[in-house]
Amino acid sequence: MSWADRVSPLVRSIPPSGIRRFFDIVAEMSGVVSLGVGEPDFVTPWHIRESCVHGLQRGYTSYTSNYGLLELRQEIARMLEADYGVVYDPKCEALITVGVSEALDLAMRALLSPGDEVLVPEPCYVSYNACVSLAGGVPVSVCSSRENEFRVTVDQLAAALTPRTKALLIGYPNNPTGAVMSREDLAAIARFAEQHDLIVISDEIYASLTYDGEHTCFASLPDMRDRTILLNGFSKAYAMTGWRIGYAMGNADFIGAMTKIHQYTMLCAPITAQIAAIEAIKQGTASRNKMVDEYDRRRRLMVDGLRNLGLDCFEPRGAFYVFPSIHNTGLTSLQFAEQLLQAEKVALVPGDAFGACGEGFVRCSYASSSKNLADALDRIGRFVTPLLK
Amino acid sequence: MSENNLAQKQDLLRLLDQDYHQTHDQLARQLGVTPALVGQMIRELEDDRILVKCQPIINWEKAGLEDVVALIEVKITPQREVGFDAIAARIYRFPEVRNLFLMSGTYDLAVTVEGANLKEVAQFVSTKLATIDGVVSTTTHFVLKKYKEEGVIIDDEEADRRLLVTP
Repeated sequence: MSWADRVSPLVRSIPPSGIRRFFDIVAEMSGVVSLGVGEPDFVTPWHIRESCVHGLQRGYTSYTSNYGLLELRQEIARMLEADYGVVYDPKCEALITVGVSEALDLAMRALLSPGDEVLVPEPCYVSYNACVSLAGGVPVSVCSSRENEFRVTVDQLAAALTPRTKALLIGYPNNPTGAVMSREDLAAIARFAEQHDLIVISDEIYASLTYDGEHTCFASLPDMRDRTILLNGFSKAYAMTGWRIGYAMGNADFIGAMTKIHQYTMLCAPITAQIAAIEAIKQGTASRNKMVDEYDRRRRLMVDGLRNLGLDCFEPRGAFYVFPSIHNTGLTSLQFAEQLLQAEKVALVPGDAFGACGEGFVRCSYASSSKNLADALDRIGRFVTPLLK
Repeated sequence: MSENNLAQKQDLLRLLDQDYHQTHDQLARQLGVTPALVGQMIRELEDDRILVKCQPIINWEKAGLEDVVALIEVKITPQREVGFDAIAARIYRFPEVRNLFLMSGTYDLAVTVEGANLKEVAQFVSTKLATIDGVVSTTTHFVLKKYKEEGVIIDDEEADRRLLVTP
């Protein structure tokens, strides 16, 4: 028996991230213009970094409460009430985690029993299915479509429902598509969740990056607060990916259960990063808005640019991704991505890395300078124009 | 200027502010307009003196051509009719003067002066600046080191440290 055989069959059964494979190819090359990066191109605003340095100088180097610093939880609760009118008790209904990734894992482990099914609309973030599986659950893919601008519908969810369905895991604004759900879209999902007694895990990490309209917080919909575990964090809004600070909000029973796991596996999120997060939430609105304005300008540049090249591209209204169709090039997503990389040294991510229904699409991140984006569009143009003749 | 046109020009100015060393073609693609329109907008912005000048920020010390910079606080007596402006105009026409600002607070004009050496700057202050009618007093502060100029950190750039592909 080899060492590899000793790895748990469950872990072995989980495929490695499709992005990882592509990263290995890209890492070997030089002169690459990358549209493959799923994080802000801004450095964390200095006042936030400086607050962390100041915290270290004052000796903030200890553990915090398992739940996280109370001040941070209070600030988050205050912001959610102000922005969405949804009220949480910071003492027992808020948990600070090591990024939304940890919060997602905790939510799944806290909720799922072996065999429980979770509806996962796709295309979606790469770790959703894996987190469900690792917690012993069964992810059930629900394909959303280009025709509906990758907004999942109740009919699509209903078709995947079984007696074992326990929860629904949604992420809007969406990575990789940039899709957002309107308040009406989400209200229909809420009625569906209530009707079938589903718990909703709503990953709203891109909430601040919503263009042309307001983000709707799922937990703020009527009767949804207690049924929802709301996940969010600081990575995207404040350009703080490497700090690893996320949070989960929900009823005290769910948050308590998640905290139990968190306390035994993580103990607490790093205090240095929690201090920086307090500064971000208290003083970071201006720098956040400045970054959002810049993303919005680049979004228009990318959508117009790709459409002018002859690629079908719906208008993304959130996050920092566009998700053009490459069907009419006659290539698969992976072929397109690999050939584009070889021919023109532009890195983007094949759509099928985010679920089978992402096939025929590629994810382009516009978290890059507009000069880089214009350069990338030129290169993509040289590559696709002959294919589209 | 129509509102749409104004917004477009503001976007153009933002791009130039980030990096003025871009061709009309590059700028046009970022703005989604024709290069000809970019050229036209730049001409108009220059004519209106909105786009005043594009110039590089140079680390002269590193280039081996170190000069001396002084910040001078100037107190003046404002004149009838023209207030501070007439004296300001007499001062800013000297090529040695790099910046001139009217200030609130304990003094009136902040003047930045550049010269080849300490003596040259001192001489300018004592013979030219201090002797202008209406100048009551001057206080000269010499710059010892430049850390940041015009929003640019001189010698400590923050690189993009992201991996090329991330989820």
